[in-house]
Amino acid sequence: MQSEKKPGNDASPEQQNSPSTPHPETNSKQSHSGLTRREFVATASILTGGAAIEFSRCGVTPSHGLAAHASVAIEAPETAAANVVPVTLNINGTKHDMSLDPRVTLLDALRENLSMTGTKKGCDHGQCGSCTVLVNKRRINSCLSLAVTHDGDEIVTVEGLAKGGELDPVQAAFLEKDGFQCGYCTAGQICSAVALLREAQEGAASFVTADLRRTGPADLTRDEIRERMSGNICRCGAYPGIVDAVEKAWRQKNGVERSRA
Amino acid sequence: MNPFEYQRVKEPKAAVDALVHLQHAKFLAGGTNLIDLMKDGVERPTALVDINRLALAEIEELPGGGLRMGALARNSDTANHPLVREKYPLLTQAILAGASPQLRNMATNGGNLMQRTRCYYFMDPAFAQCNKRNPGSGCAAIDGFNRIHAILGASENCIAAHPSDMCVALAALEAKIRVLGGNDERVIPMANFHRLPGTTPQVDTNLRPNELILSIDLPPSPYANHSHYMKLRDRASYAFALVSVAAALEIDGGQIRSARLALGGVAHKPWRAEEAEALLTGKPLSEETFQIAAARVMQDAKPYRYNKFKIEMAKRAVARSLAIAGGVA
Repeated sequence: MQSEKKPGNDASPEQQNSPSTPHPETNSKQSHSGLTRREFVATASILTGGAAIEFSRCGVTPSHGLAAHASVAIEAPETAAANVVPVTLNINGTKHDMSLDPRVTLLDALRENLSMTGTKKGCDHGQCGSCTVLVNKRRINSCLSLAVTHDGDEIVTVEGLAKGGELDPVQAAFLEKDGFQCGYCTAGQICSAVALLREAQEGAASFVTADLRRTGPADLTRDEIRERMSGNICRCGAYPGIVDAVEKAWRQKNGVERSRA
Repeated sequence: MNPFEYQRVKEPKAAVDALVHLQHAKFLAGGTNLIDLMKDGVERPTALVDINRLALAEIEELPGGGLRMGALARNSDTANHPLVREKYPLLTQAILAGASPQLRNMATNGGNLMQRTRCYYFMDPAFAQCNKRNPGSGCAAIDGFNRIHAILGASENCIAAHPSDMCVALAALEAKIRVLGGNDERVIPMANFHRLPGTTPQVDTNLRPNELILSIDLPPSPYANHSHYMKLRDRASYAFALVSVAAALEIDGGQIRSARLALGGVAHKPWRAEEAEALLTGKPLSEETFQIAAARVMQDAKPYRYNKFKIEMAKRAVARSLAIAGGVA
Protein backbone atom coordinates (compact mmCIF):
# COMPACT_ATOMS: atom_id res chain seq x y z
CA MET A 1 0.00 0.00 0.00
CA GLN A 2 2.97 2.28 0.35
CA SER A 3 3.46 2.32 -3.39
CA GLU A 4 0.32 4.27 -4.18
CA LYS A 5 0.92 7.64 -5.77
CA LYS A 6 0.99 10.55 -3.45
CA PRO A 7 -2.01 12.77 -4.06
CA GLY A 8 -0.66 15.56 -1.89
CA ASN A 9 2.26 16.09 -4.23
CA ASP A 10 1.20 15.49 -7.79
CA ALA A 11 -2.58 15.17 -7.94
CA SER A 12 -4.61 17.43 -10.17
CA PRO A 13 -7.16 19.78 -8.56
CA GLU A 14 -9.91 17.31 -9.52
CA GLN A 15 -8.09 14.50 -7.79
CA GLN A 16 -7.56 16.60 -4.74
CA ASN A 17 -11.28 17.05 -4.50
CA SER A 18 -12.02 13.37 -4.71
CA PRO A 19 -11.73 12.57 -1.00
CA SER A 20 -14.42 15.05 -0.10
CA THR A 21 -16.72 13.42 -2.62
CA PRO A 22 -15.78 9.78 -2.08
CA HIS A 23 -18.70 8.32 -3.98
CA PRO A 24 -21.68 9.71 -5.92
CA GLU A 25 -24.02 7.83 -3.62
CA THR A 26 -22.71 9.48 -0.50
CA ASN A 27 -25.30 11.42 1.44
CA SER A 28 -23.31 12.78 4.32
CA LYS A 29 -24.88 15.20 6.75
CA GLN A 30 -23.50 18.64 5.99
CA SER A 31 -22.24 21.02 8.60
CA HIS A 32 -22.76 24.79 8.33
CA SER A 33 -19.59 25.16 6.33
CA GLY A 34 -20.83 22.57 3.82
CA LEU A 35 -18.30 19.97 4.95
CA THR A 36 -18.68 17.17 7.44
CA ARG A 37 -16.04 16.87 10.13
CA ARG A 38 -14.45 13.91 8.33
CA GLU A 39 -14.41 15.72 5.02
CA PHE A 40 -12.87 18.75 6.65
CA VAL A 41 -10.15 16.60 8.19
CA ALA A 42 -9.49 14.86 4.86
CA THR A 43 -9.32 18.16 2.97
CA ALA A 44 -7.15 19.77 5.60
CA SER A 45 -4.70 16.93 5.54
CA ILE A 46 -4.30 17.32 1.79
CA LEU A 47 -3.52 20.97 2.23
CA THR A 48 -0.84 20.06 4.73
CA GLY A 49 0.58 17.38 2.47
CA GLY A 50 -0.40 14.58 4.82
CA ALA A 51 -2.86 12.90 2.51
CA ALA A 52 -0.56 10.14 1.34
CA ILE A 53 -0.79 8.52 4.74
CA GLU A 54 -4.51 9.17 4.93
CA PHE A 55 -5.14 7.39 1.64
CA SER A 56 -2.71 4.55 1.98
CA ARG A 57 -3.99 3.61 5.42
CA CYS A 58 -7.55 3.53 4.15
CA GLY A 59 -6.82 1.35 1.15
CA VAL A 60 -8.93 3.69 -0.95
CA THR A 61 -6.70 5.32 -3.47
CA PRO A 62 -7.36 8.40 -5.52
CA SER A 63 -7.42 6.20 -8.60
CA HIS A 64 -10.18 4.22 -6.97
CA GLY A 65 -12.15 7.34 -6.20
CA LEU A 66 -11.94 8.37 -9.81
CA ALA A 67 -12.54 4.90 -11.14
CA ALA A 68 -15.93 5.01 -9.50
CA HIS A 69 -16.82 7.56 -12.19
CA ALA A 70 -17.40 5.71 -15.45
CA SER A 71 -15.56 8.20 -17.66
CA VAL A 72 -12.23 7.34 -16.13
CA ALA A 73 -12.74 3.61 -15.77
CA ILE A 74 -13.46 3.18 -19.49
CA GLU A 75 -10.20 4.81 -20.57
CA ALA A 76 -7.96 1.84 -19.94
CA PRO A 77 -9.90 -1.38 -19.40
CA GLU A 78 -6.79 -3.52 -19.85
CA THR A 79 -4.93 -2.19 -16.86
CA ALA A 80 -5.56 -3.69 -13.49
CA ALA A 81 -5.61 -0.28 -11.85
CA ALA A 82 -8.80 0.67 -13.70
CA ASN A 83 -10.35 -2.69 -12.94
CA VAL A 84 -13.71 -2.11 -11.27
CA VAL A 85 -16.20 -4.76 -10.30
CA PRO A 86 -19.94 -4.23 -10.02
CA VAL A 87 -21.36 -5.33 -6.68
CA THR A 88 -24.62 -4.92 -4.81
CA LEU A 89 -24.10 -4.49 -1.09
CA ASN A 90 -27.18 -5.09 1.01
CA ILE A 91 -26.47 -3.12 4.17
CA ASN A 92 -28.98 -2.86 7.00
CA GLY A 93 -31.74 -3.71 4.52
CA THR A 94 -30.75 -1.12 1.91
CA LYS A 95 -29.23 -2.20 -1.38
CA HIS A 96 -26.32 -0.20 -2.76
CA ASP A 97 -25.35 -0.81 -6.39
CA MET A 98 -21.68 0.04 -6.57
CA SER A 99 -18.64 -0.31 -8.82
CA LEU A 100 -15.59 -0.99 -6.71
CA ASP A 101 -11.90 -1.50 -7.15
CA PRO A 102 -11.51 -5.09 -5.94
CA ARG A 103 -8.90 -3.93 -3.43
CA VAL A 104 -11.54 -2.11 -1.39
CA THR A 105 -12.31 -3.97 1.82
CA LEU A 106 -15.84 -4.18 3.16
CA LEU A 107 -14.70 -1.87 5.96
CA ASP A 108 -13.48 0.79 3.55
CA ALA A 109 -16.57 0.46 1.38
CA LEU A 110 -18.71 1.16 4.43
CA ARG A 111 -16.66 4.04 5.75
CA GLU A 112 -15.20 5.70 2.68
CA ASN A 113 -17.71 4.95 -0.07
CA LEU A 114 -20.93 4.94 1.90
CA SER A 115 -19.94 7.24 4.79
CA MET A 116 -21.23 4.71 7.30
CA THR A 117 -18.64 5.42 9.95
CA GLY A 118 -20.21 3.46 12.80
CA THR A 119 -17.93 0.57 11.93
CA LYS A 120 -14.44 1.46 13.13
CA LYS A 121 -11.00 0.85 11.69
CA GLY A 122 -8.57 -0.16 14.39
CA CYS A 123 -5.61 -2.30 13.36
CA ASP A 124 -6.82 -3.03 9.79
CA HIS A 125 -5.17 -6.47 10.13
CA GLY A 126 -7.77 -8.65 11.83
CA GLN A 127 -6.13 -8.36 15.23
CA CYS A 128 -8.46 -6.04 17.17
CA GLY A 129 -12.08 -6.69 16.14
CA SER A 130 -13.17 -3.04 16.02
CA CYS A 131 -14.37 -3.54 12.42
CA THR A 132 -16.68 -6.43 13.30
CA VAL A 133 -19.91 -6.54 11.29
CA LEU A 134 -22.52 -9.24 10.72
CA VAL A 135 -22.64 -10.94 7.34
CA ASN A 136 -25.54 -13.36 6.92
CA LYS A 137 -25.92 -13.13 10.71
CA ARG A 138 -22.30 -14.18 11.36
CA ARG A 139 -19.63 -11.89 12.80
CA ILE A 140 -16.60 -11.23 10.64
CA ASN A 141 -13.68 -8.77 10.48
CA SER A 142 -14.68 -6.40 7.70
CA CYS A 143 -11.07 -5.20 7.34
CA LEU A 144 -9.91 -8.54 5.92
CA SER A 145 -12.84 -9.10 3.57
CA LEU A 146 -12.98 -7.64 0.08
CA ALA A 147 -16.24 -5.80 -0.54
CA VAL A 148 -16.71 -7.35 -3.99
CA THR A 149 -16.92 -10.81 -2.40
CA HIS A 150 -20.13 -9.77 -0.61
CA ASP A 151 -22.44 -9.37 -3.60
CA GLY A 152 -25.95 -10.09 -2.33
CA ASP A 153 -24.90 -10.90 1.24
CA GLU A 154 -27.04 -9.56 4.09
CA ILE A 155 -24.74 -7.15 5.93
CA VAL A 156 -25.66 -5.61 9.26
CA THR A 157 -23.55 -2.90 10.88
CA VAL A 158 -23.93 -1.28 14.28
CA GLU A 159 -26.15 1.33 12.58
CA GLY A 160 -28.65 -1.41 11.73
CA LEU A 161 -29.08 -3.05 15.13
CA ALA A 162 -31.69 -0.74 16.66
CA LYS A 163 -35.23 -1.40 15.46
CA GLY A 164 -37.98 1.23 15.32
CA GLY A 165 -36.16 3.57 17.70
CA GLU A 166 -35.53 0.75 20.21
CA LEU A 167 -31.95 -0.17 20.96
CA ASP A 168 -30.97 -3.78 20.53
CA PRO A 169 -30.89 -5.43 23.99
CA VAL A 170 -27.11 -5.78 23.64
CA GLN A 171 -26.75 -2.04 23.00
CA ALA A 172 -28.96 -1.26 26.01
CA ALA A 173 -26.93 -3.64 28.18
CA PHE A 174 -23.64 -1.98 27.15
CA LEU A 175 -25.10 1.37 28.22
CA GLU A 176 -26.43 0.07 31.51
CA LYS A 177 -23.29 -1.89 32.44
CA ASP A 178 -20.72 0.68 31.29
CA GLY A 179 -19.33 -1.65 28.65
CA PHE A 180 -17.00 1.00 27.25
CA GLN A 181 -14.83 3.98 28.07
CA CYS A 182 -13.60 5.83 24.97
CA GLY A 183 -16.05 3.98 22.74
CA TYR A 184 -13.78 3.27 19.77
CA CYS A 185 -14.03 -0.51 20.02
CA THR A 186 -17.69 -0.46 21.07
CA ALA A 187 -19.38 -0.90 17.69
CA GLY A 188 -17.27 -3.99 17.10
CA GLN A 189 -17.82 -5.26 20.63
CA ILE A 190 -21.59 -4.88 20.27
CA CYS A 191 -21.81 -6.54 16.85
CA SER A 192 -19.61 -9.32 18.17
CA ALA A 193 -21.80 -9.79 21.24
CA VAL A 194 -24.99 -9.90 19.16
CA ALA A 195 -23.52 -12.76 17.13
CA LEU A 196 -22.14 -14.42 20.28
CA LEU A 197 -25.63 -14.70 21.77
CA ARG A 198 -26.92 -16.31 18.62
CA GLU A 199 -23.99 -18.76 18.47
CA ALA A 200 -24.46 -19.69 22.13
CA GLN A 201 -28.18 -20.20 21.60
CA GLU A 202 -27.41 -22.51 18.69
CA GLY A 203 -25.07 -24.52 20.90
CA ALA A 204 -21.71 -23.50 19.47
CA ALA A 205 -18.74 -24.53 21.61
CA SER A 206 -15.68 -22.49 22.54
CA PHE A 207 -12.13 -23.44 23.51
CA VAL A 208 -13.10 -23.36 27.20
CA THR A 209 -16.22 -25.53 26.79
CA ALA A 210 -15.67 -28.56 29.01
CA ASP A 211 -17.89 -31.08 27.27
CA LEU A 212 -17.84 -30.77 23.49
CA ARG A 213 -20.38 -33.57 23.11
CA ARG A 214 -23.05 -31.76 25.08
CA THR A 215 -25.69 -30.31 22.76
CA GLY A 216 -28.21 -27.52 23.28
CA PRO A 217 -27.57 -23.88 24.20
CA ALA A 218 -24.17 -23.12 25.69
CA ASP A 219 -23.67 -22.63 29.42
CA LEU A 220 -22.52 -19.03 29.10
CA THR A 221 -20.31 -18.56 32.15
CA ARG A 222 -18.14 -15.46 32.51
CA ASP A 223 -15.12 -17.50 31.38
CA GLU A 224 -17.10 -18.55 28.32
CA ILE A 225 -18.03 -14.93 27.59
CA ARG A 226 -14.41 -13.81 27.92
CA GLU A 227 -13.19 -16.50 25.54
CA ARG A 228 -15.98 -15.85 23.04
CA MET A 229 -15.34 -12.08 23.13
CA SER A 230 -11.56 -12.49 22.82
CA GLY A 231 -11.60 -11.34 19.19
CA ASN A 232 -12.44 -7.82 20.36
CA ILE A 233 -9.67 -5.87 22.06
CA CYS A 234 -10.50 -2.89 24.31
CA ARG A 235 -7.51 -0.64 24.95
CA CYS A 236 -9.33 1.16 27.77
CA GLY A 237 -9.73 -2.16 29.54
CA ALA A 238 -13.50 -1.97 29.90
CA TYR A 239 -13.65 -5.76 29.93
CA PRO A 240 -15.48 -6.21 33.27
CA GLY A 241 -18.32 -4.00 32.03
CA ILE A 242 -18.34 -5.72 28.66
CA VAL A 243 -18.66 -9.15 30.28
CA ASP A 244 -21.41 -7.77 32.55
CA ALA A 245 -23.26 -6.44 29.51
CA VAL A 246 -23.06 -9.69 27.57
CA GLU A 247 -24.11 -11.64 30.64
CA LYS A 248 -27.11 -9.37 31.13
CA ALA A 249 -28.15 -9.58 27.49
CA TRP A 250 -27.86 -13.38 27.61
CA ARG A 251 -30.00 -13.65 30.73
CA GLN A 252 -32.54 -11.31 29.22
CA LYS A 253 -32.63 -13.33 26.02
CA ASN A 254 -33.32 -16.44 28.06
CA GLY A 255 -35.99 -14.80 30.16
CA VAL A 256 -33.94 -14.98 33.37
CA GLU A 257 -33.96 -11.23 33.82
CA ARG A 258 -36.32 -8.52 32.65
CA SER A 259 -34.87 -5.41 31.12
CA ARG A 260 -34.76 -2.47 33.50
CA ALA A 261 -33.99 -0.09 30.67
CA MET B 1 -1.96 -3.17 -1.93
CA ASN B 2 -0.95 -3.83 -5.54
CA PRO B 3 -3.71 -3.76 -8.17
CA PHE B 4 -5.10 -7.12 -9.22
CA GLU B 5 -7.71 -8.61 -11.46
CA TYR B 6 -10.70 -10.21 -9.76
CA GLN B 7 -12.56 -13.25 -11.07
CA ARG B 8 -15.39 -15.31 -9.63
CA VAL B 9 -15.64 -18.99 -10.52
CA LYS B 10 -18.42 -21.48 -9.93
CA GLU B 11 -16.80 -24.85 -10.74
CA PRO B 12 -13.59 -26.37 -9.36
CA LYS B 13 -12.35 -27.07 -12.88
CA ALA B 14 -12.92 -23.42 -13.85
CA ALA B 15 -10.96 -22.35 -10.77
CA VAL B 16 -7.98 -24.46 -11.75
CA ASP B 17 -8.20 -23.28 -15.37
CA ALA B 18 -8.34 -19.66 -14.27
CA LEU B 19 -5.18 -20.08 -12.23
CA VAL B 20 -3.44 -21.67 -15.21
CA HIS B 21 -4.41 -18.84 -17.54
CA LEU B 22 -3.78 -15.90 -15.24
CA GLN B 23 -0.16 -15.31 -14.32
CA HIS B 24 0.78 -14.87 -10.65
CA ALA B 25 -2.81 -15.53 -9.60
CA LYS B 26 -3.99 -16.89 -6.29
CA PHE B 27 -7.18 -18.43 -5.02
CA LEU B 28 -9.18 -16.25 -2.64
CA ALA B 29 -11.25 -18.05 0.00
CA GLY B 30 -11.68 -16.57 3.50
CA GLY B 31 -8.86 -14.11 2.85
CA THR B 32 -7.92 -13.79 6.52
CA ASN B 33 -4.25 -14.44 5.84
CA LEU B 34 -3.90 -13.54 2.16
CA ILE B 35 -5.54 -10.09 2.34
CA ASP B 36 -3.51 -9.30 5.43
CA LEU B 37 -0.28 -10.18 3.63
CA MET B 38 -1.35 -8.27 0.51
CA LYS B 39 -1.91 -5.13 2.56
CA ASP B 40 1.74 -5.18 3.58
CA GLY B 41 3.06 -6.22 0.17
CA VAL B 42 4.27 -9.63 1.35
CA GLU B 43 1.93 -11.25 -1.19
CA ARG B 44 1.51 -9.46 -4.51
CA PRO B 45 -0.73 -11.56 -6.75
CA THR B 46 -1.75 -9.91 -10.02
CA ALA B 47 -5.09 -11.72 -9.98
CA LEU B 48 -7.39 -13.25 -7.40
CA VAL B 49 -9.71 -16.10 -8.31
CA ASP B 50 -12.61 -15.98 -5.84
CA ILE B 51 -13.51 -19.59 -5.05
CA ASN B 52 -16.02 -18.83 -2.30
CA ARG B 53 -18.95 -19.86 -4.48
CA LEU B 54 -17.66 -23.34 -5.27
CA ALA B 55 -19.83 -26.11 -3.80
CA LEU B 56 -17.08 -27.35 -1.48
CA ALA B 57 -18.48 -26.47 1.92
CA GLU B 58 -20.13 -29.79 2.80
CA ILE B 59 -19.12 -31.94 5.74
CA GLU B 60 -20.29 -35.52 5.30
CA GLU B 61 -19.63 -39.03 6.51
CA LEU B 62 -17.60 -41.23 4.19
CA PRO B 63 -18.60 -44.81 3.48
CA GLY B 64 -16.66 -46.83 6.04
CA GLY B 65 -16.92 -44.27 8.80
CA GLY B 66 -14.51 -41.48 7.93
CA LEU B 67 -15.41 -37.85 7.43
CA ARG B 68 -15.04 -35.58 4.40
CA MET B 69 -14.73 -31.89 5.24
CA GLY B 70 -15.07 -29.58 2.26
CA ALA B 71 -12.20 -27.20 1.59
CA LEU B 72 -14.56 -24.24 1.79
CA ALA B 73 -16.32 -25.22 5.00
CA ARG B 74 -15.56 -22.41 7.43
CA ASN B 75 -13.40 -23.23 10.44
CA SER B 76 -16.26 -22.34 12.81
CA ASP B 77 -18.70 -24.63 11.02
CA THR B 78 -16.18 -27.44 10.94
CA ALA B 79 -15.38 -27.13 14.65
CA ASN B 80 -19.06 -27.15 15.56
CA HIS B 81 -20.27 -29.81 13.16
CA PRO B 82 -22.01 -32.53 15.24
CA LEU B 83 -19.96 -35.31 13.65
CA VAL B 84 -16.68 -33.52 14.29
CA ARG B 85 -17.58 -32.78 17.90
CA GLU B 86 -18.70 -36.37 18.45
CA LYS B 87 -15.99 -38.31 16.61
CA TYR B 88 -13.03 -35.91 16.38
CA PRO B 89 -13.23 -33.63 19.44
CA LEU B 90 -9.44 -33.15 19.15
CA LEU B 91 -10.05 -31.30 15.89
CA THR B 92 -12.83 -29.19 17.40
CA GLN B 93 -10.56 -28.17 20.27
CA ALA B 94 -7.66 -27.35 17.97
CA ILE B 95 -9.75 -25.19 15.65
CA LEU B 96 -11.36 -23.35 18.56
CA ALA B 97 -7.89 -22.69 20.01
CA GLY B 98 -6.97 -20.66 16.94
CA ALA B 99 -7.68 -17.05 15.98
CA SER B 100 -11.00 -15.45 17.04
CA PRO B 101 -14.67 -16.25 16.41
CA GLN B 102 -14.76 -13.59 13.67
CA LEU B 103 -11.73 -15.00 11.88
CA ARG B 104 -12.94 -18.59 12.23
CA ASN B 105 -16.24 -17.55 10.62
CA MET B 106 -14.28 -16.38 7.58
CA ALA B 107 -11.35 -18.80 7.42
CA THR B 108 -11.81 -21.99 5.44
CA ASN B 109 -10.41 -25.48 5.94
CA GLY B 110 -8.37 -25.27 2.76
CA GLY B 111 -7.13 -21.81 3.67
CA ASN B 112 -6.03 -23.02 7.08
CA LEU B 113 -3.77 -25.57 5.36
CA MET B 114 -2.29 -22.78 3.24
CA GLN B 115 -1.58 -20.38 6.11
CA ARG B 116 1.83 -18.80 6.07
CA THR B 117 4.18 -18.35 8.98
CA ARG B 118 3.85 -15.43 11.37
CA CYS B 119 7.63 -15.02 11.59
CA TYR B 120 8.07 -11.26 12.14
CA TYR B 121 10.79 -11.07 9.51
CA PHE B 122 8.59 -12.73 6.89
CA MET B 123 5.57 -10.58 7.72
CA ASP B 124 7.39 -7.26 7.36
CA PRO B 125 9.05 -6.39 4.02
CA ALA B 126 11.02 -3.67 5.82
CA PHE B 127 13.40 -6.51 6.70
CA ALA B 128 15.58 -7.20 3.67
CA GLN B 129 16.51 -10.70 4.76
CA CYS B 130 13.91 -13.43 4.43
CA ASN B 131 14.50 -16.51 2.31
CA LYS B 132 10.81 -17.33 2.43
CA ARG B 133 9.73 -13.94 1.12
CA ASN B 134 12.78 -13.22 -1.01
CA PRO B 135 14.73 -16.42 -1.78
CA GLY B 136 18.47 -16.03 -1.41
CA SER B 137 18.29 -12.94 0.79
CA GLY B 138 19.16 -14.73 4.02
CA CYS B 139 17.33 -15.33 7.29
CA ALA B 140 17.03 -12.41 9.69
CA ALA B 141 15.51 -14.62 12.38
CA ILE B 142 18.50 -16.91 12.95
CA ASP B 143 20.48 -14.10 14.59
CA GLY B 144 17.43 -11.98 15.35
CA PHE B 145 14.65 -12.08 17.91
CA ASN B 146 13.71 -15.71 17.47
CA ARG B 147 11.53 -16.34 20.49
CA ILE B 148 8.58 -17.72 18.48
CA HIS B 149 10.65 -19.75 16.06
CA ALA B 150 11.23 -23.43 15.35
CA ILE B 151 13.29 -25.80 17.48
CA LEU B 152 12.81 -28.89 15.32
CA GLY B 153 13.48 -29.51 11.63
CA ALA B 154 14.71 -26.00 10.83
CA SER B 155 17.53 -25.25 8.38
CA GLU B 156 20.18 -22.57 8.11
CA ASN B 157 17.91 -20.95 5.52
CA CYS B 158 14.75 -20.64 7.60
CA ILE B 159 13.67 -21.20 11.19
CA ALA B 160 10.03 -20.13 10.79
CA ALA B 161 7.29 -22.02 12.64
CA HIS B 162 3.98 -23.14 11.15
CA PRO B 163 1.15 -21.11 12.69
CA SER B 164 -1.86 -23.43 12.48
CA ASP B 165 -3.61 -25.20 15.35
CA MET B 166 -6.04 -27.08 13.13
CA CYS B 167 -3.20 -28.64 11.16
CA VAL B 168 -1.63 -30.06 14.32
CA ALA B 169 -4.81 -32.01 15.04
CA LEU B 170 -5.05 -33.03 11.37
CA ALA B 171 -1.49 -34.43 11.59
CA ALA B 172 -2.38 -36.47 14.68
CA LEU B 173 -5.59 -37.70 13.04
CA GLU B 174 -3.76 -38.70 9.81
CA ALA B 175 -5.94 -36.60 7.55
CA LYS B 176 -5.72 -36.91 3.79
CA ILE B 177 -5.88 -33.85 1.55
CA ARG B 178 -7.81 -34.32 -1.68
CA VAL B 179 -6.72 -31.94 -4.44
CA LEU B 180 -7.61 -31.20 -8.07
CA GLY B 181 -5.08 -30.20 -10.70
CA GLY B 182 -5.88 -30.14 -14.41
CA ASN B 183 -8.40 -32.96 -14.76
CA ASP B 184 -6.84 -35.16 -12.13
CA GLU B 185 -7.56 -35.61 -8.47
CA ARG B 186 -4.91 -36.87 -6.10
CA VAL B 187 -4.60 -37.42 -2.38
CA ILE B 188 -1.77 -36.05 -0.24
CA PRO B 189 -1.30 -37.54 3.24
CA MET B 190 -1.19 -34.81 5.88
CA ALA B 191 2.36 -35.85 6.85
CA ASN B 192 3.52 -34.95 3.33
CA PHE B 193 1.40 -31.88 2.78
CA HIS B 194 3.63 -29.33 4.50
CA ARG B 195 7.41 -29.18 3.98
CA LEU B 196 10.44 -28.58 6.11
CA PRO B 197 12.35 -25.50 4.94
CA GLY B 198 15.57 -27.15 3.69
CA THR B 199 17.06 -25.02 0.93
CA THR B 200 13.69 -23.86 -0.43
CA PRO B 201 11.81 -22.26 2.46
CA GLN B 202 9.76 -20.21 -0.01
CA VAL B 203 7.80 -23.40 -0.75
CA ASP B 204 5.49 -24.13 2.20
CA THR B 205 3.66 -27.19 0.87
CA ASN B 206 3.83 -30.02 -1.63
CA LEU B 207 0.73 -28.72 -3.39
CA ARG B 208 1.67 -28.28 -7.04
CA PRO B 209 1.16 -24.97 -8.84
CA ASN B 210 -2.46 -24.58 -9.92
CA GLU B 211 -3.79 -27.35 -7.68
CA LEU B 212 -7.01 -26.70 -5.77
CA ILE B 213 -7.77 -28.29 -2.40
CA LEU B 214 -11.14 -30.05 -2.58
CA SER B 215 -11.49 -31.58 0.86
CA ILE B 216 -9.80 -32.80 4.01
CA ASP B 217 -10.69 -36.45 4.65
CA LEU B 218 -10.39 -38.05 8.07
CA PRO B 219 -10.16 -41.82 8.53
CA PRO B 220 -12.29 -43.47 11.23
CA SER B 221 -10.72 -42.71 14.59
CA PRO B 222 -10.45 -44.80 17.78
CA TYR B 223 -9.34 -41.69 19.70
CA ALA B 224 -12.63 -39.85 20.30
CA ASN B 225 -12.74 -40.73 24.01
CA HIS B 226 -9.14 -39.96 24.90
CA SER B 227 -7.71 -36.89 23.23
CA HIS B 228 -6.57 -33.43 24.21
CA TYR B 229 -5.33 -30.29 22.48
CA MET B 230 -3.16 -28.06 24.64
CA LYS B 231 -2.09 -24.61 23.52
CA LEU B 232 0.46 -22.50 25.39
CA ARG B 233 0.72 -18.86 24.40
CA ASP B 234 1.50 -15.38 25.63
CA ARG B 235 -2.09 -14.55 26.52
CA ALA B 236 -5.10 -16.66 27.40
CA SER B 237 -6.74 -16.41 24.00
CA TYR B 238 -6.36 -15.01 20.48
CA ALA B 239 -2.60 -15.54 20.16
CA PHE B 240 -0.42 -17.93 18.21
CA ALA B 241 1.04 -20.94 19.97
CA LEU B 242 4.48 -20.91 21.51
CA VAL B 243 3.96 -24.65 21.85
CA SER B 244 0.86 -26.71 21.23
CA VAL B 245 0.22 -30.43 21.54
CA ALA B 246 -2.38 -32.74 20.03
CA ALA B 247 -2.43 -35.95 22.03
CA ALA B 248 -4.69 -38.93 21.38
CA LEU B 249 -4.70 -42.31 23.06
CA GLU B 250 -6.45 -45.61 22.45
CA ILE B 251 -6.69 -47.26 25.83
CA ASP B 252 -7.38 -50.87 26.72
CA GLY B 253 -7.44 -51.93 30.38
CA GLY B 254 -5.08 -49.26 31.63
CA GLN B 255 -2.63 -49.93 28.79
CA ILE B 256 -2.00 -47.71 25.79
CA ARG B 257 -3.00 -49.69 22.74
CA SER B 258 -1.97 -46.91 20.33
CA ALA B 259 -1.06 -43.24 20.51
CA ARG B 260 -0.96 -40.18 18.30
CA LEU B 261 1.11 -37.15 19.07
CA ALA B 262 1.73 -33.95 17.11
CA LEU B 263 3.10 -30.54 18.08
CA GLY B 264 2.57 -27.00 16.85
CA GLY B 265 4.74 -23.91 17.24
CA VAL B 266 7.95 -25.94 17.13
CA ALA B 267 8.64 -26.56 13.44
CA HIS B 268 8.10 -25.39 9.87
CA LYS B 269 5.28 -27.94 9.64
CA PRO B 270 2.91 -29.62 12.09
CA TRP B 271 5.34 -31.92 13.91
CA ARG B 272 4.16 -35.52 14.12
CA ALA B 273 6.11 -37.43 16.78
CA GLU B 274 5.94 -41.01 15.53
CA GLU B 275 8.90 -42.31 17.52
CA ALA B 276 7.36 -41.07 20.75
CA GLU B 277 4.08 -42.69 19.70
CA ALA B 278 5.90 -46.00 19.34
CA LEU B 279 7.38 -45.61 22.83
CA LEU B 280 3.88 -45.13 24.25
CA THR B 281 2.38 -48.15 22.55
CA GLY B 282 1.77 -51.08 24.91
CA LYS B 283 2.82 -49.09 27.98
CA PRO B 284 0.75 -48.40 31.09
CA LEU B 285 -0.87 -45.01 31.61
CA SER B 286 1.71 -43.53 33.91
CA GLU B 287 3.63 -40.33 34.45
CA GLU B 288 6.85 -42.19 33.74
CA THR B 289 5.56 -43.34 30.36
CA PHE B 290 4.55 -39.79 29.48
CA GLN B 291 7.92 -38.36 30.53
CA ILE B 292 9.81 -40.86 28.40
CA ALA B 293 7.69 -39.96 25.38
CA ALA B 294 8.12 -36.24 26.03
CA ALA B 295 11.89 -36.57 26.26
CA ARG B 296 11.93 -38.49 22.98
CA VAL B 297 9.99 -35.74 21.18
CA MET B 298 12.57 -33.14 22.21
CA GLN B 299 15.64 -35.38 21.78
CA ASP B 300 16.79 -33.67 18.59
CA ALA B 301 15.60 -30.16 19.41
CA LYS B 302 17.91 -27.31 18.47
CA PRO B 303 17.10 -24.00 20.13
CA TYR B 304 18.16 -20.49 19.11
CA ARG B 305 19.09 -17.58 21.32
CA TYR B 306 15.62 -16.60 22.48
CA ASN B 307 13.62 -19.82 22.30
CA LYS B 308 15.47 -22.27 24.56
CA PHE B 309 12.48 -22.16 26.89
CA LYS B 310 10.42 -24.00 24.28
CA ILE B 311 12.24 -27.29 24.92
CA GLU B 312 11.22 -27.60 28.56
CA MET B 313 7.84 -26.10 27.78
CA ALA B 314 7.20 -28.68 25.05
CA LYS B 315 8.28 -31.59 27.25
CA ARG B 316 5.92 -30.57 30.01
CA ALA B 317 3.12 -29.85 27.54
CA VAL B 318 3.49 -33.31 25.96
CA ALA B 319 3.48 -35.12 29.32
CA ARG B 320 0.57 -33.08 30.61
CA SER B 321 -1.48 -33.45 27.40
CA LEU B 322 -0.99 -37.23 27.43
CA ALA B 323 -2.11 -37.36 31.06
CA ILE B 324 -5.22 -35.31 30.31
CA ALA B 325 -5.99 -37.37 27.21
CA GLY B 326 -5.58 -40.54 29.24
CA GLY B 327 -7.88 -39.26 31.98
CA VAL B 328 -5.14 -39.53 34.63
CA ALA B 329 -4.19 -35.86 34.99
